Amino acid sequence: MPALLGISVVLFTVLALAPGDPFEELATNPNVPPEVRQNLRAKFGLDDPLPVRYARWFTSMLRGDWGFSFVSRVDVNTLILQRLPVTLVVLGSAQLLAIMIAVPIGTYSALRPYSLFDQLATTLAFIGFSLPTFFTGLLFILLFSIYLDWLPFIFRADIGAIGWRWYWEHLRQSIMPVAVLGLFQAAAMTRFMRAAVLDVIRLDYVNTARAKGLPEKTTLVKHVVRNALIPVVTLVALQIPNIFGGAIVTEQIFRVPGIGSLLISSILANDTPVVMAVTFVYSVLVVVSNLVADLLYGWLDPRISYR
Amino acid sequence: MTARAVEKLPVALAAPRALLWREAVRRFRRHRLAMIGATVLLVLVGAVVAGPLAWRLPVNEIDFTQKLKGPTWGHPLGTDDLGQDLLARVLYGGRISLAVGVAAMLIAISIGTAIGAASGYVGGAVDHTLMRITDLFLSLPQLPLLLLIVYLFRDALRKALGPEGGVFVLVVAVIGGLRWMPVARLVRAQFLSLREKEFVEAARSLGAPPLRQVVRHILPNSMGPVIVAGSLDVAAAIIAESTLSFLGLGFPPDIPTWGRLLFDAKDNLDFAPHWAIFPGTAIFLTVLSINYIGDGLRDALDPRRVLSR
Repeated sequence: MPALLGISVVLFTVLALAPGDPFEELATNPNVPPEVRQNLRAKFGLDDPLPVRYARWFTSMLRGDWGFSFVSRVDVNTLILQRLPVTLVVLGSAQLLAIMIAVPIGTYSALRPYSLFDQLATTLAFIGFSLPTFFTGLLFILLFSIYLDWLPFIFRADIGAIGWRWYWEHLRQSIMPVAVLGLFQAAAMTRFMRAAVLDVIRLDYVNTARAKGLPEKTTLVKHVVRNALIPVVTLVALQIPNIFGGAIVTEQIFRVPGIGSLLISSILANDTPVVMAVTFVYSVLVVVSNLVADLLYGWLDPRISYR
Repeated sequence: MTARAVEKLPVALAAPRALLWREAVRRFRRHRLAMIGATVLLVLVGAVVAGPLAWRLPVNEIDFTQKLKGPTWGHPLGTDDLGQDLLARVLYGGRISLAVGVAAMLIAISIGTAIGAASGYVGGAVDHTLMRITDLFLSLPQLPLLLLIVYLFRDALRKALGPEGGVFVLVVAVIGGLRWMPVARLVRAQFLSLREKEFVEAARSLGAPPLRQVVRHILPNSMGPVIVAGSLDVAAAIIAESTLSFLGLGFPPDIPTWGRLLFDAKDNLDFAPHWAIFPGTAIFLTVLSINYIGDGLRDALDPRRVLSR
């Protein structure tokens, strides 16, 4: 919660420092006489001192009262609520894919350091996080949509089919965005996981577990991986703000109708209320995912308690 | 005979310092992939700096008879939808992409070192406040904020500094201003441990003022991790700039940075794939070689990391 307060102060400062006027759109519109503009300014309190404006802006943001879009003439929150689920589904499945790739590969690499498998995995991971998402996205489109023609490269929200076919079409068009985002995540996560397992595997309690005759699988899953995940969660939580960056790019490439592409299109259309609201939503998402990371610590390491 | 003069005796110090650096260079050269990375990066930088002098085709000569051609002898990387030569554009754009990366890294390192040094040396309430600010910046959603700032300040800066200079200053300042936090944390950690070391205590007891202790004694010894972080920051800044340009919100269309070339190419993927592949590969190779160099520098400058491996 203090984090959200801090982020909102930063956002508001940026907005307040920015040159120009939020009512510029209305000001350049010849149909709006200057008196109306003055009244609007007074009504929205644009001439009040900054702290007052900040308090009002922040409380209205929290209440979900985000104004309305200059361009599409719809309430900003309906616009965002339409788009948010798509973003969350894509981000969530990408994260899941990354975990499913990174945890086993990272662990296996660390168990046999400098083996052929390890060298291959480390090199691929290095290449993976040096490839920016916008380039991987284009390469995927080139390979899977244009040369092989397997997958559609434009994400459509209005699929006409019903029943199983509807799910199938959605699955097919989500493969590429989720893969691009997930693989990028997986590359960084594999490195973290490998380093963390390497640190843990030499510790005494792992030897103890082996010495008392636990099966290798139990030792690995319950003792090694569980403890190795604690620093990995920290590092992944630190990366969360960057993950949203990748998500925006991916949504833009594949034209996924999420809040990222909404952000870009409203920036191009000078739609300030929507831009501010989407940035605010991203801040809330960052704070929420940090909270999730904190809860994960508690689950992974019962010694950590929240009082 | 003052404390200053005693402290300034560099004769005994000179030899071990040179040895330390030679040792670091030796360790770096042993890291094979880092050496390959350094070679590739040198070739890329050389091509970008000297290339436009050798390859004399203009960046913006429009020739519709040659549009969207694949690679030929006349145009080794092909042409775009206006028939402009892509090799010239990639070389020219690389200058800007690399300049943005280096400039943003310098900003990030300067801010980070200043904040980390203040935090680690002074300690107490200053440390607490600065670290809270660092945490706050770490939890900002980077790209959305970057886009927001570019959106809000673009026009004003463009008016003040011209279309190219304005965007360059804005992009560099914002990318650098959002990437200093890891450096600040590293420097702070180094300062916390170094300021208690005997050699700093010796300087202090000889009467070295705080600024001299910091600049002459603590800072040079805490630079290893900063150099590593800085090298990786160049790669991150290049990606950030390309992302902005790729989203159509970075440099204007007449300045072909690598990201901008990809942005223009993405709608022509099906009949002109070369247009996207060459600038994309340029970004990828640059970032990959910088990352490997960073890896090698870490092995060379931070010996503890090697031991734990």
